[in-house]
Amino acid sequence: MTAAPTPPPAIEVDHLSKTYGAARAVKEVSFTVPRGEVFGFLGPNGAGKSTTINMLCTMVEPTSGAARVSGFDVRTQRDAVRRHIGLVFQESTLDGQLTAEQNLRLHAELYGVERSTVAGRMRQMLEMVDLWDRRAQKVITYSGGMKRRLEIARGLLHSPRVLFLDEPTIGLDPATRNSIWSYIRALREQEGTTIFMTTHYMDEAEFCDRIAIMDRGEIVVLDTPEALKAGVGTDRVMLGTTDDPAAIRALADRFGIEAHAADGAVAFRVEGGEAFVPRLFAELGVGITSVAVSRPSLDDVFLRHTGSTMRDAEASGAERDQATVRMLAGARR
Amino acid sequence: MTSTTLDRIPAVRVPERSWRSDARAVKIVWHRDLIHFANDPKRIITWLMQPLLFLFVLGSGLGSLSAGATDGVELTTFIFPGVLAISVFFTAMFSAVSLVMDREFGFLREMMVAPVRRSSIVLGKVLGGGTVAASQGVIVLALAGLVGVPYDPLLIASVLGLLLLTAFTVTAFGVMVAVSIKQIQTFTSVMQMFVMPMMFISGALFPVAGLPTWLEVLNRLNPLTYAVDPLRHAVFSRLDISGSARATLDPGVTWFGWHVPVGLEIGIVAVLGAAMLVLAVRTFSRAE
Repeated sequence: MTAAPTPPPAIEVDHLSKTYGAARAVKEVSFTVPRGEVFGFLGPNGAGKSTTINMLCTMVEPTSGAARVSGFDVRTQRDAVRRHIGLVFQESTLDGQLTAEQNLRLHAELYGVERSTVAGRMRQMLEMVDLWDRRAQKVITYSGGMKRRLEIARGLLHSPRVLFLDEPTIGLDPATRNSIWSYIRALREQEGTTIFMTTHYMDEAEFCDRIAIMDRGEIVVLDTPEALKAGVGTDRVMLGTTDDPAAIRALADRFGIEAHAADGAVAFRVEGGEAFVPRLFAELGVGITSVAVSRPSLDDVFLRHTGSTMRDAEASGAERDQATVRMLAGARR
Repeated sequence: MTSTTLDRIPAVRVPERSWRSDARAVKIVWHRDLIHFANDPKRIITWLMQPLLFLFVLGSGLGSLSAGATDGVELTTFIFPGVLAISVFFTAMFSAVSLVMDREFGFLREMMVAPVRRSSIVLGKVLGGGTVAASQGVIVLALAGLVGVPYDPLLIASVLGLLLLTAFTVTAFGVMVAVSIKQIQTFTSVMQMFVMPMMFISGALFPVAGLPTWLEVLNRLNPLTYAVDPLRHAVFSRLDISGSARATLDPGVTWFGWHVPVGLEIGIVAVLGAAMLVLAVRTFSRAE
């Protein structure tokens, strides 16, 4: 065996599968995430995202195939994988009865971080997420946003090479979401941390270097956000008219375009939307009151590849979140 | 705020797993249970109520009835070692609920994904719950003077040792049950099923000689019997009472007429505790 001259990629997945009984949750998935990348992992609920993440962080044993995280095999080198990853789950895994500082110290002890380095690192992580002044308060008194920030600080406490974020900003206000993204980007610059994240927010997916969309256990597409949007090809046109049904008929007859009424306007897709607008005015024969042309968004990409919008996918996620909140409210901790 | 502080963040290193890192994990899991205990004074008082009711209300209330049979020894004095065992037993039985709560509230996941052995988590839990339970016993032990039991150093030392052993064994049983249960309510009802019968049958509140056969059989099969008897012996050996009182109140446990030595009783409790700890680790390592 010769030592590899270049460091291994952050994540290498090779024909990874997971089967539960007859159900194939993940089907022969393969992809590679280079070091330092922000990798977005999208897909409707039940697509197999969570199962894939759980296999990558050694919580679930793969049925077949292989995966290496930071060069370590998730099946045979579990501890090595665990030492090099940080995790922020959708559900809180903090101890509400402990203070922020106690939660971080506990984490440092579990990970065996050298004692002399713990205090300094802890302080800087807490300052980064703006919780240093609240460090002595019990986590149970924290707001949802503060808890998530603390989870991120804890996930980063042991300087992981790969940080897994499962819906890190779900249910948070825009200001908190922005600051969380600023930590993530700063961190990538400072420590070269690779970020592997799932999200249902389109604007967040835009921040990713590359995006994989998973559906029914398979990765249906994987590319940069720009390339994915370019791949959709067609622009979306929203038309305000004096007579919508007549406009829809005219579009079908004269341009062969299938349009439909949506939100009090006529919506359709066409290649080169801006160049199409002058033709529309000249040839439609129905009064036009307004025109809006939009370039394909990631939502269009998502829709094209999974058949549902990201917002729909998010809605079911939010319902699940509320169920968790209700459960937590029912019990005391 | 962010850019200035981020410049100074030193990266830290997570060393390879070793016996030292496992020991740190055990210690922090143990320490966490102690923090929870100290944070929750209400719980301390709640768990003390029952043993104190047994000791002072039952002991004083029935005292006049039993006065003739105890050869001048107060009933409160007689049941004191039993109440010590009960106070530890109650707390230890339910201490493992924290493991079920950790599962339900998500914190268990933080421990499960850490680069530590599952056995370290289980051991930390058993030690943590055991320490908390034993400290309940220590509070009751501090009341010895009120029921005519002397603060004799040897008595205190041997009682402390026995309380610790009982606490760890009973907690190991609780953890063994907790690792395979997902809901708090299920855990509590399973434990309720065991607590009262085990406590009453153990002989914590009555001498275990001359019992009806059915009760004697149940008593000898009850593991708690072998935790209560050495405690009673440790206390009675330091009491200044008549020989006949000693024979009546501290008769020792017999198997088909054979007097079971205290050392064997302690051995039974220790071996049971170790066996349940091993079972708990096995189940826990297989889960998830």
